[in-house]
Amino acid sequence: MSASHNSAPLQSGVNWLAHGVLWLGIAITAFPLYIAFVASSLTPQDIAQAPMPLWPGPHLLDNYRQTLIQGLKGTYLSPPVWLMLWNSLLMALIIAGGKIVVSILSAYALAFFRFPGRNVLFWMIFLTLMLPVEVRILPTYEVVSDLGLINSMAGLTLPLIASATGTLLFRQFFLTIPDELVEAARMDGAGPLRFFKDVVLPLSATNIAALTVILFIFGWNQYLWPLLITTDNRLDTIVVGITKMIGSGDAATDWNLVMATTLLAVLPPVLVVVLMRRWFVKGLVDSEK
Amino acid sequence: MQRKVVFPQKGLPYWLLAPQLAITLVFFFWPGGQAMYMSLLLQDPFGHSVQFVGLENFRLVFADEDYLQAVWRTAYFSLAVTVLAMVPGLALAVMADRVIKGGTAYTTAMLVPYAIAPAVAGVLWLFMLNPSIGVLAWWLKHAGVAWNPTLDGSDAMWLVILASAWKQVAYNFLFFLAGLQAIPKSLLEAAAIDGARPFRRFYTIVFPLLSPTTFFLLVVGLVYAFFDTFGVIDAVSQGGPASATETLVYKVYKDGIHSLDLGGSAAQSVVLMVIVVALTMIQFRFIERRVHYS
Amino acid sequence: MSNLVKVYGSGAGAVPVIHGVSAEVADGEFVVIVGPSGCGKSTLLRMVAGLESVSGGKIAIGAHVVNNVDPSERDIAMVFQNYALYPHFNVFDNMAYGLRIRKLPAHEIKARVEKAAKMLELSHLLERKPGQLSGGQRQRVAMGRAIVRSPQVFLFDEPLSNLDAKLRAQTRLEIRKLHAELGVTSLFVTHDQVEAMTLAQRMIVMNAGLMEQFGTPEEVYARPASTFVAGFIGSPPMNLMPGLADGSRFTLGSQVLTLPSAAPRSGELILGLRPEHVTHWTVGQGGGWSLKVEMIEMLGAERLVYGHLGTQVFTLRVDATHVPPKVGDLLNLQIEPRHLHWFDSKTGKRVD
Repeated sequence: MSASHNSAPLQSGVNWLAHGVLWLGIAITAFPLYIAFVASSLTPQDIAQAPMPLWPGPHLLDNYRQTLIQGLKGTYLSPPVWLMLWNSLLMALIIAGGKIVVSILSAYALAFFRFPGRNVLFWMIFLTLMLPVEVRILPTYEVVSDLGLINSMAGLTLPLIASATGTLLFRQFFLTIPDELVEAARMDGAGPLRFFKDVVLPLSATNIAALTVILFIFGWNQYLWPLLITTDNRLDTIVVGITKMIGSGDAATDWNLVMATTLLAVLPPVLVVVLMRRWFVKGLVDSEK
Repeated sequence: MQRKVVFPQKGLPYWLLAPQLAITLVFFFWPGGQAMYMSLLLQDPFGHSVQFVGLENFRLVFADEDYLQAVWRTAYFSLAVTVLAMVPGLALAVMADRVIKGGTAYTTAMLVPYAIAPAVAGVLWLFMLNPSIGVLAWWLKHAGVAWNPTLDGSDAMWLVILASAWKQVAYNFLFFLAGLQAIPKSLLEAAAIDGARPFRRFYTIVFPLLSPTTFFLLVVGLVYAFFDTFGVIDAVSQGGPASATETLVYKVYKDGIHSLDLGGSAAQSVVLMVIVVALTMIQFRFIERRVHYS
Repeated sequence: MSNLVKVYGSGAGAVPVIHGVSAEVADGEFVVIVGPSGCGKSTLLRMVAGLESVSGGKIAIGAHVVNNVDPSERDIAMVFQNYALYPHFNVFDNMAYGLRIRKLPAHEIKARVEKAAKMLELSHLLERKPGQLSGGQRQRVAMGRAIVRSPQVFLFDEPLSNLDAKLRAQTRLEIRKLHAELGVTSLFVTHDQVEAMTLAQRMIVMNAGLMEQFGTPEEVYARPASTFVAGFIGSPPMNLMPGLADGSRFTLGSQVLTLPSAAPRSGELILGLRPEHVTHWTVGQGGGWSLKVEMIEMLGAERLVYGHLGTQVFTLRVDATHVPPKVGDLLNLQIEPRHLHWFDSKTGKRVD
């Protein structure tokens, strides 16, 4: 029903314009990353001598090896980048996994059962979508601190699992599962948990895949919360680490290493998006209905 | 909005909901409630004296010249980011909708900024526009434009606007493309046969039918500009120079963490909460009355 | 239209969709393009509309060759299968859209829309949006949109397929009335041969991109140009029996039939006979064709009797007023020579 092969006469002559605009779009999108790539292959002196050359230099592997293993040593003593990448990975996976598990169970309860207080609980959960962590930053810090969770993975991840991103999406999807499936399962003697495991979960595979991508990126890219909640440098996530590295953005920073780190920070989420593109696009668009 | 056939168990649903409710209560409602309560208190930074002052904090906040400046700044910033992200997003989606071959590869490439953290986007643009070593900065200087975001407030503002918009175009592109592909081709063919040339087809048929998507992206864009851009600002300018890039969300952070004005910061949080809830409610109401396809 | 060839893609392996259709439609004529799914009939219609490109040949509307003319300039109107109504406009605006583009004065637009609405019984629905209308109502709005334009040609792309059976029959009559009243040249695409037979002044029967026959319903029914047309038009379909002809003898596997008139030539041929054309039959032996009744279907006003002639399944239609045969009866069939159709066994084309 969408783009069909026979719309050509409606667009004659415009195709070259379309390609042109699209290439411009790609160029603008890719340009900052390309610059980062080039910078990550030079020495700090090359970069300091403005303008920076636009072609990659010979120091690519050296720079990456240096940041990965040693990190940056400047006004900010960063841990080795591989450690920061590891922190980010752990955090992102826990957040994505945690949110999916928690929300799929809640959505199942909300969709497949009728019980007193259901509407109230639904609105409470819906409310959590409306307030991002930036708005409740101080009290949340206090709560986490009172619970002794500063500088811990739990403290990093739990407050971010609290918002109900997945619940709404799953609930919406569960509402579309045909009644006949439920009735057939009940006749076959399956209870709700069995039904969940054998029917609902497999059917939800696409949605779970899409949400995994969205939540992984959400978790990986967290900034404010990890910044506040960790005082130990060794727990820095890569996104926080990069910002600390540039200090006040002056020219004394080892920009080549910073750019190398930046590309390393960007690589995992981009890979996830590119590889899981199909599920991700579908899930993102559907989740807003 | 309700299934007809449900399971009869009465206790099980509560168990299923328990994890989410537990986490939500502890890490969302409790702090949220605290924020609202704190906004009504006057506390000294070390927690020794606590005084209930009602709406005094709010009055002080609204009377504060800096705060009002931040409001205008945020409005300007949000508008700029939203427009700069939506217009190219729509243009690119329209073009991508027409190109059949290579469409997938193209869409994948365009999605990349979505995966990049706002803070990192900020770092990338900071690097390109750094007045001493930035590539783009050098070109600007070469073209005779004075550029120094470390000293000039409006230059810094443009820097954060560009970084924020660059990242958000991908999101808009995605949704606009989906919206365009949902329009039946036969509608456009009927319009062509009715005598409408391409541009006319766009603004009489395509754009009106895209309005739910446009509205949705507008709200999402505003929420993004209000909150998610924190990372960009902190990475790039830390609200400076001289508060030039201090948006409302950044001010909450600064006043709370750096200036330790707990009451004021909490009051500002509450104001922001109200704005977000209002925006989300508006969007929810609007989505209820969507245009239906025949 | 003359000698169209449409090719999707290019180079080796391209699949031609239309292999050669050449037809001239008279002014004011109602021509139906009929054929099974995938035969290219919609493609043909869309080429006339300008929604598909033509890779060879020409299409002319009136005196102008329109191959490279944009659809918006061809002065045509089209009724789509799924109606394609603008969902954000009400009925009035849907019909007025094309007129507004042509910058007709507002009072003229109003007059035309109201006239068409009256013709189609839509006058009370002008303020509603398509989402609030039933399927039949939407279909009429789609027709109204075409009528107000007063185009040179009406194009219908399977407009009745999405309607239920009763509405379909009703709308068929309405379309005929409309054509009688307005007299605009019309091209109507359908896969339903009943629609084709009832609506067409002439019809183009298409199969796999080729035009098999172009003629009036009577011609297509009485003198089908190929086995495809013979089997497609008429329900139940014509019996088509391949065998060996030799003068007045036709050998069908194990059975030899005596023909009431000589075959046009000797050799392998396909004999065609419509089930409703077995005019006389008696139970028992006789000099005609011998058929053992294997199955009978009762349809109310008639019965369908099934048996084998040689190895070929044969159907005949029996009026309910006759005393029906029973399963197991041996029937003696008498055939009139004018009801025999002959087709070449290799090409399927009619042989006279």
